[in-house]
Amino acid sequence: MRQRIMQRVGFALLALTSLIVVVPILLVVGIIVARGLNAVSWEFLTAMPREGMRAGGILPAIVGTILLTLGTALAAIPVGVAGAIYLSEYASDNIFTRSIRLAIINLAGIPSVVYGLFGLGLFVIFLRFGTSILAGSLTLAIMTLPIIVSTTEEALRSVPMEFRTVSASLGGTRWQGIWKIILPQAFPGIVTGVLLGLLRAAGETAPILFTVATFFLPRLPQSVFDQTMALPYHLFVISTQVPGMPMEIQYGTALVLLVLVLSLNLVATLLRSYFRRRRQW
Amino acid sequence: MVEQPKIHLEHVGFTYNATSATTGAEPVEALKDVTLSIPPHAITVIFGPSGGGKTTLLRLINRLNDMLSGTRRTGQVLLDGQDIYAHDVSVVELRRRVGMVFSLPLPIPGTVRHNVTYGLQLAGMRDQTVLDNALVRSLQQAALWDEVKDRLDDPATALSGGQQQRLCIARSLALEPDVLLLDEPTSGLDPISTAKVEHSLMELKKHYTIVIVPHSVQQGARVADYAAFFLMGELMEAGPGRQVFINPKNKRTEDYITGRFG
Repeated sequence: MRQRIMQRVGFALLALTSLIVVVPILLVVGIIVARGLNAVSWEFLTAMPREGMRAGGILPAIVGTILLTLGTALAAIPVGVAGAIYLSEYASDNIFTRSIRLAIINLAGIPSVVYGLFGLGLFVIFLRFGTSILAGSLTLAIMTLPIIVSTTEEALRSVPMEFRTVSASLGGTRWQGIWKIILPQAFPGIVTGVLLGLLRAAGETAPILFTVATFFLPRLPQSVFDQTMALPYHLFVISTQVPGMPMEIQYGTALVLLVLVLSLNLVATLLRSYFRRRRQW
Repeated sequence: MVEQPKIHLEHVGFTYNATSATTGAEPVEALKDVTLSIPPHAITVIFGPSGGGKTTLLRLINRLNDMLSGTRRTGQVLLDGQDIYAHDVSVVELRRRVGMVFSLPLPIPGTVRHNVTYGLQLAGMRDQTVLDNALVRSLQQAALWDEVKDRLDDPATALSGGQQQRLCIARSLALEPDVLLLDEPTSGLDPISTAKVEHSLMELKKHYTIVIVPHSVQQGARVADYAAFFLMGELMEAGPGRQVFINPKNKRTEDYITGRFG
């Protein structure tokens, strides 16, 4: 009897903790949707900001964030996936590869503002890209790389060793095994990892602060060497730097950012479940 | 054995975790000074209690052990008199000549057809006629054709376990290897499927040199032309199957066969 009560109490506590996890998320999403929905209109999504950003739309910030995320993807995915393939499939276990793995783990823990300063030093100043979409994308890519490498490596390792052995036993080279069997099997995990990494890049403020984002630029970027507005930084600006800013616009901007990021997340989830159903082990 | 052996192992030793500096694991000597000849066009049975080095021996013959790091090999493995570990030997070519079937059927993701033709496609074969012919021939040789001829484009995982294992045999046969290595190929199969596999082995030995680790002593005795008994990485006894299984010279072979240990 006493044990049953203890068990009840234990379960209740566990349920409570999971509730604590969920409630803030629901609150954040709920409040932003409730207060921001009125601000979102066709004009809000497709027009330039006017009257010192107190009216009009946020098109340049939306376009800027999409461009930066695409740029990050272009730079980070090939390098990250190739690096993970090397680490998982080719590299032998020695001091060199161990230190690479250690570096990757540590890179994932570096505060994003440090990446921002690094990007400022390397891309903006040393490589003379200026504050530009190029510099911003590369900075975000470097920040995203550890996530992509570690999740991709994880996905590759989760493909049973036997598939590699079978492919080799049929006269396949190591690359043939990777290309024809391992990569297709690991694909869902890789997609998920890549999207989660890009998700983080899309929502970051600090790395783009010094490398690309502008306070106010009511036109669309013309080239990769152009600056641009971006949603996270724009949100920061209109929340703290502009007096007399209508609350509605702030919440509307937050809502747009949230929807962009959550839709990437949704894509990741859908892809994962789609491919998981096709997986064979 | 008067005939020139198909495979000859000369003082072969094999150790796992030989370079244990990085992992800290204890070295394991899986094979100790093994000298063994395997005749062509016959079934050679490698048997003994687990941990005896049987699988290690099979995987030495097609160099699958190369995929593991930290191992050490001594001695020579000769295929048709040639050292397969010589520097000028292509591992990929070798593995096309020495096929392998594993204890668990593991179809490659894809259709039955894809599984059988996979090896040939890896080798660069694009001619559809050649691929189709190989598909029919190897499925027939593996005694699977009648069961799957209408299901060639079904996923391989839709087949039963016994069919999958014969599919794996067909997959190796498609490459027309000289040697077929089988590592407990029937361990996951029911008696009927097992009988089918054993029956197809009897046919296959006319064209191929077969080395099998049986999943039981009884199976070994059923299929053996030649047999070799391994205990703790050492070759205890080798000879014609009838002799080894019915009238073993070594006391420990006899004890194992009669079920006194293992």
